[in-house]
Amino acid sequence: MEELGIYVHFPFCVKKCAYCDFLSGPAGAGTIRRYVQALQEEMALLAAQYGRLSVSSIFFGGGTPSILPAEWTVEVLEALEQFFQVQEDAEITIECNPGTVDKEKLKQYRQAGINRISFGLQSVHDRELQLLGRIHSMEQFVKCYKDARAAGFSNINIDLMSGLPGQSMEDWKETLKQVTDLQPPPEHISAYSLIIEPGTPFYGQYADHEELLPDEETEREMYEWTAQFLKEKGYHRYEISNYAKNGYESRHNNYYWTGVDYLGLGIGAASCMRGVRRKNTENLQFYIQNLELTGTTLSDIQIEEHVLSETEQQEEYLFLGLRRMEGISTTAFAARFHVSYDTVYGQVTSRLLELGLLQQQGEWISLTDRGIDVSNVVLAEFLQEE
Amino acid sequence: MIDQSKIRNFCIIAHIDHGKSTLADRIIEKTGLLTSREMQEQILDNMDLERERGITIKAQAVRTVYQAQDGEEYIFNLIDTPGHVDFNYEVSRSLAACDGAVLVVDAAQGIEAQTLANVYLALDHDLDVFPVINKIDLPSADPERVVNEIEDVIGIEAQDAPRISAKNGINIEEVLEQIVTKIPAPTGDPDAPLQALIFDSVYDPYKGVIVFCRVREGRMSKGTTVKMMATGAVFEVVEVGYFGAGQFIPCEELSAGMVGYMTASIKNVRDTMVGDTITRMDHMAAEPLPGYKKVTPMVYCGLYPADGARYGDLREALEKLQLNDAALQYEPETSIALGFGFRCGFLGLLHLEIIQERLEREYNLDLVTTAPGVVYHIYKTDGTMVELTNPSNMPDPSEIEYMEEPYVSAEIMVTTEFIGAIMELCQERRGVYLGMEYMEESRAVLRYDLPLNEIIYDFFDALKSRSRGYASFDYEMKGYERSELVKLDILVNRDEVDALSFIVFAESAYERGRKMCEKLKEEIPRQLFDIPIQAAIGSKIIARETVKALRKDVLAKCYGGDITRKKKLLEKQKEGKKRMRMVGNVEIPQKAFMSVLKLDEK
Repeated sequence: MEELGIYVHFPFCVKKCAYCDFLSGPAGAGTIRRYVQALQEEMALLAAQYGRLSVSSIFFGGGTPSILPAEWTVEVLEALEQFFQVQEDAEITIECNPGTVDKEKLKQYRQAGINRISFGLQSVHDRELQLLGRIHSMEQFVKCYKDARAAGFSNINIDLMSGLPGQSMEDWKETLKQVTDLQPPPEHISAYSLIIEPGTPFYGQYADHEELLPDEETEREMYEWTAQFLKEKGYHRYEISNYAKNGYESRHNNYYWTGVDYLGLGIGAASCMRGVRRKNTENLQFYIQNLELTGTTLSDIQIEEHVLSETEQQEEYLFLGLRRMEGISTTAFAARFHVSYDTVYGQVTSRLLELGLLQQQGEWISLTDRGIDVSNVVLAEFLQEE
Repeated sequence: MIDQSKIRNFCIIAHIDHGKSTLADRIIEKTGLLTSREMQEQILDNMDLERERGITIKAQAVRTVYQAQDGEEYIFNLIDTPGHVDFNYEVSRSLAACDGAVLVVDAAQGIEAQTLANVYLALDHDLDVFPVINKIDLPSADPERVVNEIEDVIGIEAQDAPRISAKNGINIEEVLEQIVTKIPAPTGDPDAPLQALIFDSVYDPYKGVIVFCRVREGRMSKGTTVKMMATGAVFEVVEVGYFGAGQFIPCEELSAGMVGYMTASIKNVRDTMVGDTITRMDHMAAEPLPGYKKVTPMVYCGLYPADGARYGDLREALEKLQLNDAALQYEPETSIALGFGFRCGFLGLLHLEIIQERLEREYNLDLVTTAPGVVYHIYKTDGTMVELTNPSNMPDPSEIEYMEEPYVSAEIMVTTEFIGAIMELCQERRGVYLGMEYMEESRAVLRYDLPLNEIIYDFFDALKSRSRGYASFDYEMKGYERSELVKLDILVNRDEVDALSFIVFAESAYERGRKMCEKLKEEIPRQLFDIPIQAAIGSKIIARETVKALRKDVLAKCYGGDITRKKKLLEKQKEGKKRMRMVGNVEIPQKAFMSVLKLDEK
């Protein structure tokens, strides 16, 4: 079966969270409606360019896609099915924030064919939720979770964050415990260490005040404890921050890390298609207005188009592939690039193996635990000299 | 033939920030050589660097024409002089080409240490000096007080000094008139044997060296065969001319009293020493003009290309800079840590920084600079004396009888409330108190002898911060004095890093060693293993710090939309590594080699 992922970006939310640097913000219903329309125009242009592509994964991300009326979400999905050949068993995910979905909406999602929910919970402690600027409480989440199960969702991810200001090891353990104690427990958990991103309120508060954040040692303990605890609970870590029960790794996520093609729709969305990376405009009005005009082409709404060189493709194959715990296969590398792995990366690999940052099992090369902790140092080594 | 009585050769002298360059701009503007549209903001300062730092580093000249109130046209040759203490030498070169000087004093700040130093230098060169009170439009301006101060402290008449605002163009006419009336016309006989003083030069790839000179006696024109009296080099003049604003304008001849330039396809700057006298073969002067003081570098440091392959480029760049900067000296040296480079001599720390920046900016070189040091005299047990400019060359202590270090005599002008703080600073820097004089109730001049070694390390910054900017400072070389000195070595991951060694006063060694280790701990990024940093005198370790192994450097998230950005991040990380020096297994950032400089910063 052919593999292709589609990402649809919804740049809308109730309000910006304090740590969030995604392209997102509150908007009126009129704007959202026009955006939904524009997305369908973009699909038509893509279909005109590529024909009716076969799609094995769809991801509605944001922002908060779930603030749209369910009918509009369904409309976008139906449009995708019209312009693309959506495979029977495609993984179709929507990101939902507790507080923006109810039983009825979830039911409509499920009926329309969405089969995976990703809840942005972040923490079970209301104090931490407030600090993060989240709009929901733990109680609201629990209700949504039950509603989702009741609506028939059997594949649910929960996003969590460690390393929060003032967070203790105990606080974090409590979050993981409560989440894994949900009945039935989630199939997938993404556990991220907080990143203080420039341009966010958190940046102003914490960029120069690291002392307000858990120290490195604690933060790494949290990370290590997470892997160990979730393992006991039946989740395996398949990427630096992602954990899944057997058979529930996110297909969509894996596409990014294994070099499968994907198309991004909506503002700020990125595509990587047949060795060309493209990125759409980040300007909402520009995007909508252009797509409302006739005669607009895809390049009109793109701000970036970059043909990846062979070298760049190799680099990305490595620095994305090594994020996965399985690592990368030297055989697959050779098959993909028609050059032996050792020719390109033999030297750097043996040095990193020696330093205990990489490990090798047969054809598979992967990060060690120490390698994960300092993965930027390791991954940077795989960038080649120009 | 130009009428000598209608020429005025002058310069403007001032304390830094008192408005010298702005006044120069106004003079050029008012003399109508250029339309306002053509005016760049500061015409004389045509190097990028000068504009950014707000100081003038290279002496330059401009010729303008002024229609005076007496109805006559006068030629003004305005020769710009640098304002920083490091460049006293360049100031003296420029002054020697002038007949008079305009002294600019800030109406609020009054006389500062450099004002005094520059005035004395001008008077030494027999220049007629008249004062101008600038910035009269400032709310804190007190021109009458400043007038009295000038008369009391400097002892020149100041009652009719123009009260101006160069910035806002107030009373500039008055300055122009006084240039005509108060600065003497040049003298000199155009028919006498040629004597022209070289006060500056620039290198031009097409014309060769362009020599800036002041003709004292005689004349020269295209075709004249000239001789440099000190170097003995002989050339045939290709072109003579004067200085337009930012350009060279050829003319028929340069004769006694004129300031201008000459070219003669001169390829080798060593033939045209600044301070030398040009004469003509067919009408030779009996002796050269009284020369300039010969300059000797005060501060030495190692300059290394970050990329070893660019050693040749660095040598070429230094050669070119030396063309325009007689004070710069260099010779090749080799460091175990840094590879091939040059040991360079400078007038002072600012001079060093300017050269470093010019090399990086104009010649696109990435440099690693080692800690600056002074020239020590080492008297050995075998009775010989060596001059030590590189700590690595220090002989074994058993061969040393005793050592001497250079001292300066410093004058520090400060408002009375900060006297205590400044005295404390001088004490810390091993200063020898000589005396104090009150200039007026609120200000005093402190006089100290200080080891030069102690003032090349951020003394100026410390002075400013401890006096909230109110202290000003000037110094001159005094001579050498005996001192207890030791060589301090730095070991990184147990390897001695030669480029980090320095000479230090024995009693300060522990303190400096400790600070050095602390500073390097901040500068050296955490790596994959623990890195001990040690300071040692001989085989004795006197301080130690450890750079802990890197614990965490990981991106929690990386999805489709992030890839470009995250990749840039990794590229930056890799790029950063290139700016590191591998010493053993340790990556040391290039700026760490300069970090000894900033030890006292909190």
